[in-house]
Amino acid sequence: MSEIANIEELKKMAPPAELRRAPVVEGNQGLGWLTDKLSAFAEAKVPLWWKIAFAPAAFAATVIFPICLFYQVFTGVGVWGNNHPNMWGWDIVNFIWWVGVAHAGTLISAMLFLTRQHWRTTIGRMAEAMTVFSVMMAGLYPAIHVGRAWFDWFMFPIPNSNGNWPQFKSPLMWDVFAVNTYLMVSSLFWFMGMIPDFAVLRDRATTRVRKTIFSLLAMGWTGSAWQWHNYEKAYVVLCGLCTLLVFTVSSIVGLDFCTSQLAGWHATIFPLYFVIGAVFCGFGMMLVLLTTLRKLCKLEAIITKSHIDKVAKLCLVSGLIINYIYLMEIFIAWYSGDPYERWVFGHRFFGHNYAFFGWMLIAINVCLTQLLWIKKIRSSMAALFFIGLFINFGMWSERMVIVVGSTNQDFLPANWGLYHPTIWDIGLYVGTLGAFFMMYLLFVKFLPVIAISEVKGAVPHGDPHHPLGGAQKGGH
Amino acid sequence: MSEKIYGLMAEFNTPGDLLRAGEKLRAEGYQKWEAFTPFPIHGLDKIMGYRNSLVGWVALGGGAFMFLNIVFLIWFSNAFDYPLIVGGKPMFSVPMTFVPAYIMMIMGGAGGALIGMVALNQLPRLHHPLLFKKRFESVSRDKFVIVIGANDQKFCATETKNLLAALGGANIEIVEDQE
Repeated sequence: MSEIANIEELKKMAPPAELRRAPVVEGNQGLGWLTDKLSAFAEAKVPLWWKIAFAPAAFAATVIFPICLFYQVFTGVGVWGNNHPNMWGWDIVNFIWWVGVAHAGTLISAMLFLTRQHWRTTIGRMAEAMTVFSVMMAGLYPAIHVGRAWFDWFMFPIPNSNGNWPQFKSPLMWDVFAVNTYLMVSSLFWFMGMIPDFAVLRDRATTRVRKTIFSLLAMGWTGSAWQWHNYEKAYVVLCGLCTLLVFTVSSIVGLDFCTSQLAGWHATIFPLYFVIGAVFCGFGMMLVLLTTLRKLCKLEAIITKSHIDKVAKLCLVSGLIINYIYLMEIFIAWYSGDPYERWVFGHRFFGHNYAFFGWMLIAINVCLTQLLWIKKIRSSMAALFFIGLFINFGMWSERMVIVVGSTNQDFLPANWGLYHPTIWDIGLYVGTLGAFFMMYLLFVKFLPVIAISEVKGAVPHGDPHHPLGGAQKGGH
Repeated sequence: MSEKIYGLMAEFNTPGDLLRAGEKLRAEGYQKWEAFTPFPIHGLDKIMGYRNSLVGWVALGGGAFMFLNIVFLIWFSNAFDYPLIVGGKPMFSVPMTFVPAYIMMIMGGAGGALIGMVALNQLPRLHHPLLFKKRFESVSRDKFVIVIGANDQKFCATETKNLLAALGGANIEIVEDQE
């Protein structure tokens, strides 16, 4: 048994326990086992939990969602709670929230690739899928918030008989380009990452239908050295470009706010604030999805506790940065000496009708996040699941505080007014949540949910410089 | 019969075995051969003699094209074709063009990277002689395969087969060209 001998040899060469890194995949299994394990879920029968989760998501996505959408488009923005002075309500709150959820996906899949974090291989695909689906949901909101959705094409530079051109001096226009680019690029990145895995599923396919579908998707991928050579280059270029997107998309959303003169919005910190907030919120969503799916899809050996621990740590780091920004925002509001700024920030916590959300922001984003310092909590999947859920709500509250909290009491008391979401606001939000989870569940069931080829390259069996990968003494 | 042979295919069990075999094949003077692996192996590019992939340049071209395109579009639409005064701002200025042009540069670069990868790899290709081989399916699983093309000058069905066997290749098979 040469393999066992190799493992013994390996143990002697290994560094002391405290310096050892957690393995990417537990159990030190071979490449064949990994392939079986990683494609098992996509090939197995549809499990009961999947049907139970899919039914309400599909109902929300295919019944509630279109009803709320069509009613709003046919009737007008007035069906929502938006009205003077709160011209931006849940539609924009949810837009920012969905864009935010997307960001952690890109950060995990692109930035951690560039920094050569091998553990990202196991969760990268799930994160990318989260990005693609949540950007879809985000992009919908501005498109219908314009009121007359059939004039959306005005936002694109299409030559027309009216001589209308988009007005590029406004960050709202930049947003159109940013969100569309984000959707396109993250979809390309997601698809390209899956090409070698489509080939895996193609080669394993047992039925003609599966074989045909995956053959078409894999486009004739053979895995030759030449193909990998070009693929790797394209992948690193795409990662670099996606990393740029992490920093541009939400910062342009931030610019939408900070170029206005409204107290509470007019701050230079906004682009950074929105990027970090987005990443923090996305890590919260990642915790929810990972802790659930690793159990339900029986991937405990692949998505190890060590990986989730790292996601939780990243979540804590982005949470601490956002806490610093909260502090800075409040300090600058006081330091500016501007009475309106001071008014808005004072009333976020004491005073107006939205103080609840202000305190939720403190309770969750500042206080609850600190629980992630504790190792015991980072290793408890149930705790992380609930913390993730709360962070999502906390970040949603933050957007509520920023959007509605600033507009409802502006410079003139005669202008003040309250904002209440209507049933159509709520229905549309439930509908987007349903559509997101429906698409995510379809992805989990039918596509390679973990980057099979990337994981194989990150385990000792795939390393030509490791005894298990066939290395011999004195080089490979 | 010989013109219908695509090449000889041999399996290896570990990436280390594949790299060693590749080095020796190169030393033997074989040129028209290719390695097939379930994931990219570092060091294989060097053995295969590949230079820096052109994909990066295609992406750069796509990005630069889109960047300049959008700068032109903004100048044309907002300063030339239909100038409109908004808030007393200049009709055309660098800050207003930079953000959309930068974003579309990312779009162009990403499109260029994907198109460059697909084109250089000669994809999509729905037919390949190797995809007809049952044993080749294990490449996407856990085997590392070397295929020596029948068009190589040193190719000889028996000698090459012996060489592959000496290098540690298992299940050496002839791949038919099913064109």
